[in-house]
Amino acid sequence: MSQDKQPISTEERDKFAQKVRAWLKRNMPSKPDFRLPLTFMEIDNQAQFDYLCDWQCRVYEAGYLGMSWPAEYGGGGLPQVYQDIVTREMARLQAPFMINAIGLSWAGPTILKLGTEAQKKRYIKKILSAEEIWCQGFSEPENGSDLGNAQTRAVRDGDSYVINGSKIWTSQAEYAAHMILIARTDPEAPNKYAGLSFFLAPMDTPGIEIRRIRKMTGEYGFAQTFFDDARIPADTLVGEEGQGWNVAMAVLAFERGAALGQAGGNIMSVITSRDLVETARKSLRDGRPALEDVRIREQLVQFMIEERCLRLGRQRGRDQRLLTPGREFAPMLLGKLQGSEYMRRMAAFAVSMQGGQAPLYVDDPMALDGGVWQRQHMNSYSATIGGGTSEIQRNIIGERLLGLGKG
Amino acid sequence: MAAEELKLKYTDEQAMLADSAWGFLRERCTSDKVREWMDLSTGYDTTLWQEMADLGWLGIALPEEHGGSCLPAGALVSVVEPMGRYLLATPFLATTLAGQLLLGTASKAQCREWLPAIAKGECIATLALSDAGGSWVPEHIDVKASRMKKGWRLEGKASGVLELAYADLVLVPARTDQGLAVFAVSREDLSYTAIEREQLVDETRRSYRLDCDGIQLDDSARLGKGDATAAIHDAHALAWLLVGSELTGVADGAFSLMLDYLKTRKQFGKTIGSYQALKHPAVEIMAQIEDSRGLMQYAASVFEGDKGESAVAARMLKAYAGETAAYATDRAVQFHGAFGFTWECDVQLYFRRATWARHVFGDALHHRARLADLLLD
Repeated sequence: MSQDKQPISTEERDKFAQKVRAWLKRNMPSKPDFRLPLTFMEIDNQAQFDYLCDWQCRVYEAGYLGMSWPAEYGGGGLPQVYQDIVTREMARLQAPFMINAIGLSWAGPTILKLGTEAQKKRYIKKILSAEEIWCQGFSEPENGSDLGNAQTRAVRDGDSYVINGSKIWTSQAEYAAHMILIARTDPEAPNKYAGLSFFLAPMDTPGIEIRRIRKMTGEYGFAQTFFDDARIPADTLVGEEGQGWNVAMAVLAFERGAALGQAGGNIMSVITSRDLVETARKSLRDGRPALEDVRIREQLVQFMIEERCLRLGRQRGRDQRLLTPGREFAPMLLGKLQGSEYMRRMAAFAVSMQGGQAPLYVDDPMALDGGVWQRQHMNSYSATIGGGTSEIQRNIIGERLLGLGKG
Repeated sequence: MAAEELKLKYTDEQAMLADSAWGFLRERCTSDKVREWMDLSTGYDTTLWQEMADLGWLGIALPEEHGGSCLPAGALVSVVEPMGRYLLATPFLATTLAGQLLLGTASKAQCREWLPAIAKGECIATLALSDAGGSWVPEHIDVKASRMKKGWRLEGKASGVLELAYADLVLVPARTDQGLAVFAVSREDLSYTAIEREQLVDETRRSYRLDCDGIQLDDSARLGKGDATAAIHDAHALAWLLVGSELTGVADGAFSLMLDYLKTRKQFGKTIGSYQALKHPAVEIMAQIEDSRGLMQYAASVFEGDKGESAVAARMLKAYAGETAAYATDRAVQFHGAFGFTWECDVQLYFRRATWARHVFGDALHHRARLADLLLD
C-alpha cells in the first residue's frame, strides 16, 4: 500500500494514538508477583497463562485486536493502520504480549485465507478473545528443517481422520484447544509434498498425549505431542487432501512475516537497542559504566544502525518504488532471518558487557535487571531455530530470490 | 521502547530521475568505457559530461533562477547511487558539493557568477575540505587567510581535492580572525607548483594536494560574510549522503558480478552458488545492500529537515554502506577464484572504488564514534 493512500489523516492518527495510550494506561495490568515469560514460547505455568489470557481478552473486548479482520467473524473490519497504531503503542508502553500468538499470527490468517466459511465462523472469534489457544504441529523428532518429509500419518475413516505419530517443539501444547497439524495422508504420492494434508486438530481428542520438554533456560514452554489412534473430525481439513504443503507454506509466510494479515499486537516482549543502552549505563566494568568504554560505545551504535535497518526494511515494503527491481520481496523474506539474528547477537552482547554481573542468573538478587538478558540470550535461539533455522532461511532466500542452485 | 515511525519520502520527480539515470548509465557507462576513461589525464569523458548536464543532473538541487530544478538535495542520491553501480567517475561529486557550499555561503551576486555555469556543466568546481593529513573534520582545516591592505593572502595545505588540476573554481575554506570563511579560487589564481596529483588506489578518480602558500585573492573572492562553519559542516553532511549512496551502488555492482559468476561457474559438476559456503554469504551481502538502500532512502528523505537528525542519518549511511561495500567487494574477489585476482576481472574496479569511497569524508569507525557521542550521552 502506498503511503499517500493511507485512509486517515495525520491528525486522526495522532488522536487515535492518544486515545489508545490513555486506554492502555488505565487498563494495563499491574506487574504480577511472579516472573512473566518474555515470549509466547515460554509459558511455564498456569498463573502466567491466566494472567496473559485475561489481558488479551481485555484488549480484544476493547476493540484493539484483530481490528483489520472481517467483522462478520469477530474482527474490527477497519483499515490496517489502526491496528498498527495500537501495536506500536502497546510496544511503547511495554504492555504484556498477546499470548495466543500462533492463533493470531499464523493459524488465524491462514484460516481466513484458505479455510471454509464454517471454519472461519467456528475459530476466528475465539482466537481473538483467547478463549481458544492454538499450537502448531509441524516439526517431528526426525524431521525438523525438512518439513516436507513429515511422517505423522492421517488415515481417512468415515467422517474422521485417524492420526498416528508424534510432533515436537509444540509451544503451549498443554494449554491449546487446537493444533495446526501437518500429516501424511498419502505415503504413495508421487512426491513427498503431495502426500501431505493440513488439519485443525482438537487437542482434547482421546489418543493425544503431551509430554513437556524443559528448555535450556530451565523453564518449560514446549512439549512433545504423541498421537495414538487419535480420531479427529474430517471437517478440520484445510483445503483438499494432498494440499497440505501449500497450506503449510502459507502458514510459514505468515510466521516469517513474509505475508501480512496477522491480527496485530506483539507476540513477545519488545526489546530494543534503547534497552541495550540502558543496560550499558547500569553495567559496571572495573568500576566504570560500560557506556563509557569506547569499544562498547561503538558496538552500541552498530546495533542502533542495524535496528534502524530492520525498521526501514518494513517501511520500504509499503512503497513499491523504494524496493530493488528484481528483489522486491527481499525485505519481507529477510525479516525473520535478520530480526532473529539481530536479537540473538544483541542479547549476547548485552550479557557480555555486564562485567562481574554477567554470570548471574534470574534468581540472583544481584543479577542485572533480574537476569533478563541472560534469559533472553538463551531464549533468542527459539527464533533463530524455530520457523525454519537461519541456515534454511539463507538457502531459501539464496535459491528463490537470488536464483542460486540447490545444494 | 518503540521509536517513532521512520517516514520515507519519495516524489515522482525522484523516481523519474532515478529511472532515467539507471537507464542512461547502464547503457553508457560500460566497463570498457570505464577502463578507457581511466587512462585519460582528467579521468572523464567531456561528451558524457555535457550529456549529464543536458539531462539536468548538475542543477538538480540548484535554484531555478540559476538554471536548476530546485529539488531537495536528497534527490541527488537518485543519480549518485547508479554512478557507483556503474563506476562512473566525473567531477559530478565535487561540482555538486561545491555548488551547494556556494549556495550556503555566497552572496546573490556571487551565486549569479558561478551557479548558472555549474548548472550548465560549463564550470567544473571543487572544494578543499581536508587538511594536509587527510583529516575528516572541519576543526582541522589548516589553511589560513590573512587580511591584506587589499584582498586576502592564503597559506597552508589541503589534500584530497577532487578534480583540482582542471577545475574552473576551487572553494577553499580557511581560518580568519573571525572564524572560518570560504574563498573562491579560480584557476588563474593557482600556480603550477600549487597542485600535486595523489596516486589513488582507485584509478578512475582524480584527487590532488593543494598548497595555498602565496595565493593572493581580491576582496570579492570571499563568499558571503560572517562565519561559514555551519555551511562547511553542511557540505560534509552532503558528502556523507552522496558518497554513502555511491558506496551502496558500488556494493550492488560488485554483488551483481559475483552473483552472475555463482550462477554460471561450475566446479565438481555443480554451479558454485549451490554450495552453502558461497550461497550464505551471498544472502548476507544482499541483505546488507538492501539495508544500505533503506538507510540511503531515509537519509535522503530527512536531509533537508532537522540538522541533527539528517546528520545522524547521513553518518549511519556512510558507515554502514562503507562496510557493506567492503564486504561485498572482498567476497566478490574471493568467490571469483583466481580470475578475481586478475586485472581483467572487473571486480578489481569495484574493490578499488570501494577502498577510495569508504575512506573519504570519514570511515565507518570515525562515524560510529561520532554517532556514539551524538546518540548515547
